[in-house]
Amino acid sequence: MILAPVILGVVVLVLWQLAVVGFAIKPYVLPSPTAIGDQFVRAFGTIWSGTRVTGFNALVGLLLGAVLGILFAIVSALVRVFDEVTLPVVTALAVVPIVALAPVLYTMFGAGAETGRQLIAALAVFIPVYVNTLRGLRQVRPVHRDLMRAYAASSWQATRTVTLPGAIPFLFTGLRIASSLAVISALIAEYFGGPVAGLGKSITSAAAYSNYALAYAFVLGSIALGLVFYLLTLALEKFATRHSPA
Amino acid sequence: MSDAVTVSAASKIFPLARGQQVVALEVIDLTVAPGEFVSLIGPSGCGKSTLLRLIADLDQPTTGSIEVFGKTARQARIDQDYGIAFQQAGLLPWRTVTGNIELPLELHGVGKAARRARAAELLALVGLSDFADRYPDQLSGGMQQRVAIARSLAESPELLLMDEPFGALDEMTRERMQNELVRLCAETGAAVVFVTHSIPEAVFLSDRVVVMSPRPGRIREIVPVGLGSAGNRDDGLREASGFFAAVRAVREALHGVPAAEVREAETRRGVETLRGVETQ
Repeated sequence: MILAPVILGVVVLVLWQLAVVGFAIKPYVLPSPTAIGDQFVRAFGTIWSGTRVTGFNALVGLLLGAVLGILFAIVSALVRVFDEVTLPVVTALAVVPIVALAPVLYTMFGAGAETGRQLIAALAVFIPVYVNTLRGLRQVRPVHRDLMRAYAASSWQATRTVTLPGAIPFLFTGLRIASSLAVISALIAEYFGGPVAGLGKSITSAAAYSNYALAYAFVLGSIALGLVFYLLTLALEKFATRHSPA
Repeated sequence: MSDAVTVSAASKIFPLARGQQVVALEVIDLTVAPGEFVSLIGPSGCGKSTLLRLIADLDQPTTGSIEVFGKTARQARIDQDYGIAFQQAGLLPWRTVTGNIELPLELHGVGKAARRARAAELLALVGLSDFADRYPDQLSGGMQQRVAIARSLAESPELLLMDEPFGALDEMTRERMQNELVRLCAETGAAVVFVTHSIPEAVFLSDRVVVMSPRPGRIREIVPVGLGSAGNRDDGLREASGFFAAVRAVREALHGVPAAEVREAETRRGVETLRGVETQ
């Protein structure tokens, strides 16, 4: 099951290498995999520290955005008025190119702090977590609703035994989407200023010095970071929804 | 002792758009004695499920009243005087079989040890002790329904309300579940109001069969089934001549014409269906 994709990956790498060498493609168009691999190994220390910085920002953003998203979704599900009042705001937030807020946030929190990047990641995480969790809280099967009424359960009892557990799969769908967005947003926010550390900064400076293989090596690092986030949330989701209907 | 269920001139009207309305039930009068098994049968749209929901206080009648054990339906619901089973088993997928059976006990403040004991007892009753720690997605449809029925018995109610609980099952499982249900009712002595589409099922299980007709929903006839008490009903009953006579009586009541004409009509149509039967 794992073998086929791995073989495909190896084949792609080999073809890529052959193409670069065979067609004498210039590095600024596309570096060869061996060159990238070479740079990756040499710059590993920088890549690792950059990954830690970007990864930490993404993690803070993920946690903050997820907690806020869940809380807001619970309030919106309980209080119709709140939901209607906040709907335009949430819609606006969902469509704003959040990284465009980066320069504003850097000015607010100072260019030396990582806070701006964490807030951007948090915002990118908030939207999918909020929307999906709210949807999950709103869908209760009619037979379960009837069952709770037949048991004369209080609203809190019904929420605790039926609504909340039923919303878990939806929450995790939102989290799975959000975890990748957290990494991407934290990284792209680095393009717009702020402290020097971070994979995004490293990518742009490597490209600025025309060391494209090195830039791709940093990109490889960011792919690995994104994958780690995605796989962790996926594992958490599989565990939490193992007995839910498909 | 007051009747288990007393329905007095109850009707249910659902408003639609543009001032239209659907008369789901029109002036229903029905009593169910304690310990009696009553089936509601009829074509689609005759209001049998609606009537069950009114008794369960899942809906309120537009006019008339429903009393359960001498109280209002609402009070009976709050006092948890009945157990209920739906056509979809309605098990919570994130809870084990035991967790599902314990649900009503948990909601009503029964202690952990007592809950465990009761759930084990009920699982033995429905023959699923080996599946106590499984999850609903690991069970077949028939097994899920058995869990739902065990759950409906959790608080030993004196009244059971069941809305086509065997509807989604195959014939063999259905007959087996019917056998188990009469056995349970004999043991617990509960009154039952049972909604079904199946004539043989209604006759096998019931003391009386309430035949309903649609548009508007009302009781056409109540057919007494004189086949003995619940404790005496077993597989052999399905072959008895008294059983077939009762089935014929219910079928006549459903079709509204004597049996001979019905058979002629059936031969012409070639296949008998319960739905879409034209009333005379």
